[in-house]
Amino acid sequence: MSDSTYLGMPPFPEAARTALGDTQLRSNLAHATDTIRRKRAAVVAEVDDWEELREAGRAVKERTLRHLDTYLVRLEERVTAAGGQVHWARDGAEAGRIVTELVRATGESEVVKIKSMATQEIELNETLAEAGIAAYETDLAELIVQLGDDHPSHILVPAIHRNRAEIREIFVREMGAYGTPAPDGLTDDPARLAEAARLHLREKFLRAKVGISGANFLVADTGTAVVVESEGNGRMCLTLPETLISVVGIEKIVPSWQDLEVFLQLLPRSSTGERMNPYTSTWTGTTEGDGPSTFHLVLLDGGRSDTLADRIGRQALNCIRCSACLNVCPVYERVGGHAYGSVYPGPIGAILGPQLRGTDTLLDRSLPYASTLCGACYEVCPVKINIPEVLVHLRAQVVDEGRERRVPKAERMAMAAARWVLSDPARLAAAQRTGALGGRLLSRRGRIGRLPGPLSPWSDTRDAPSPARESFRAWWKRTH
Amino acid sequence: MDMPANVPENASGQALRKAPAGAREEILARVRRALADVPAAEEPADVAVARDYARAGGPAPGSPAVRELLVERLIDYDAAVRTVTAADAASVAEAVARSAAARTAGPLVVPDGFPAEWLAALPPERVLRDEPPLGVGALDRAGAVLTTAAAAVATTGTLVLDCGPGQGRRALTLVPDHHLCVVRAGQVVASVPEVLAGLEPARPLTFISGPSATSDIELDRIEGVHGPRTLEVLVLVEG
Repeated sequence: MSDSTYLGMPPFPEAARTALGDTQLRSNLAHATDTIRRKRAAVVAEVDDWEELREAGRAVKERTLRHLDTYLVRLEERVTAAGGQVHWARDGAEAGRIVTELVRATGESEVVKIKSMATQEIELNETLAEAGIAAYETDLAELIVQLGDDHPSHILVPAIHRNRAEIREIFVREMGAYGTPAPDGLTDDPARLAEAARLHLREKFLRAKVGISGANFLVADTGTAVVVESEGNGRMCLTLPETLISVVGIEKIVPSWQDLEVFLQLLPRSSTGERMNPYTSTWTGTTEGDGPSTFHLVLLDGGRSDTLADRIGRQALNCIRCSACLNVCPVYERVGGHAYGSVYPGPIGAILGPQLRGTDTLLDRSLPYASTLCGACYEVCPVKINIPEVLVHLRAQVVDEGRERRVPKAERMAMAAARWVLSDPARLAAAQRTGALGGRLLSRRGRIGRLPGPLSPWSDTRDAPSPARESFRAWWKRTH
Repeated sequence: MDMPANVPENASGQALRKAPAGAREEILARVRRALADVPAAEEPADVAVARDYARAGGPAPGSPAVRELLVERLIDYDAAVRTVTAADAASVAEAVARSAAARTAGPLVVPDGFPAEWLAALPPERVLRDEPPLGVGALDRAGAVLTTAAAAVATTGTLVLDCGPGQGRRALTLVPDHHLCVVRAGQVVASVPEVLAGLEPARPLTFISGPSATSDIELDRIEGVHGPRTLEVLVLVEG
């Protein structure tokens, strides 16, 4: 098979096949997604106005995106007025350079990090490492991934592919190399594992001078940033360092403080299946005597403005990274996050990745096909992203691009001819008469075998039955 | 690191600002191009947002119903809760002292503005003031912190701190392993929309729902990671 593209052999199916062979992975995933699906369903059922909240969430995001330029300018003005500094990054490389320079200017060579999709997307840790700056992930799952020299496989729980026994093994093996080692006699009891993480990271939090975060929301009217978390590692990074650098996608804005009342109800219930996550922090610029004295906000485009230009695809920017769509997806549940080949796995990853990065690679052309279009993702999405609609739209786009770029001329001509013939009953009848005659001339013993010329690649491996003497339409006309 | 720690701020700052100035204009231009389908006359308010969800109408703030719901939801996420019906400050002080004695050893960090009369039954040597501001090491060694709250949300079992009097800066309620918080029943509202409407976004806010927890191991909730592993709430019904 040639490497021709849109229906070629894309990496998702290959990666998926490998993942499907890993029974431990499938069992870990089935257990975790089953747990979270039940928790989510229970807390969503408690809320009488869930559908109204979803609709409001969708509408607030639509308002934001349709006037994103206005809100970006307003946000910059309010953050600056509150003592923060705003930086703009066209792409991940530029964001990486800005953050590296900001850390260098503090004279520090290590930073503590809150789990952030944006910084994963731009591979900030790798950029910082090249500059000699150690970035310590402090979210428990990110710590498991970082210590295990692994890749994240879920938006909310990057180590969802690891079970407790595997986590214990990673902690025992690796913690000592990066600081406080795992306690002696560590068991795989989840509470003991969480405590080991607490002990390991404590000294890093207490001495950290620079914290790096993302943000779940940025409020344009007030210049407020919001981080939603569970463990308290976020509060540590947002509160104890002298300098805080937050890298945030330009689509994370909500217009008003009031809008948070929608998202702070939708996000925790959709994400961890809790009525409210343990900790939510909001901050506006800097506050004298409380928390970091310097706050930098790095606004990241990174393909978002390209995504915004697509009227159907732009709804992917509604995403609040809850990961409910991953947990209900029959494809994700079986193949896991690594098969999607990027930091955004699952249904949302299949529409976000190819839009943020473009469809230049085989991977990104294959992702819109990583779905059965069952629609479960749309049903649970708290901001009503019609993921199946965008998937189908992207499939069409991938096919169209492929047609322009690579489809052989003979096929394009044949398709054009077919369109001409099929669009008119008289032409179709004439073609059927000709075809019946031609087909019988080419066939031997009722089958059409090898064909000459441009048709040979297709007919080399296939036989076709020879056409009937008479078409159904001709038979009907003759007998009635 | 080839750059000294005390490098003049604008040495690198200026270089930084130079490049992103172009980035700002380019990103805004890209966004405007992407939104070519949005009519020039359209205002943000023209994009309808139907707020048909419940914004009010639950149990009244401070009512017995809303208070009971808060207690139920706090317990559900493993906070320790006691409802104290107190006719006077002395009985509040006694409840505070009892909690402190039962659950913690060592000093309790007490922020400025915490009502002095509620401390009356505590041995003075157990009270640690944030004055001058305590270092993180001292906070880490302190066993507990005692604060008030700015508000509470019953439906979600959430306390909100806004660093106002009696709450202190954010680090105080983060580093010690035990957080004892006194909430007046009158501060309890039913829902998230009600609480947000009463908060001041310019202040650093912390919403706390139960002790520190994680869902990162097999997606099950486990309590006790980096924040306080014990959250104890005294819900105060003033007589």
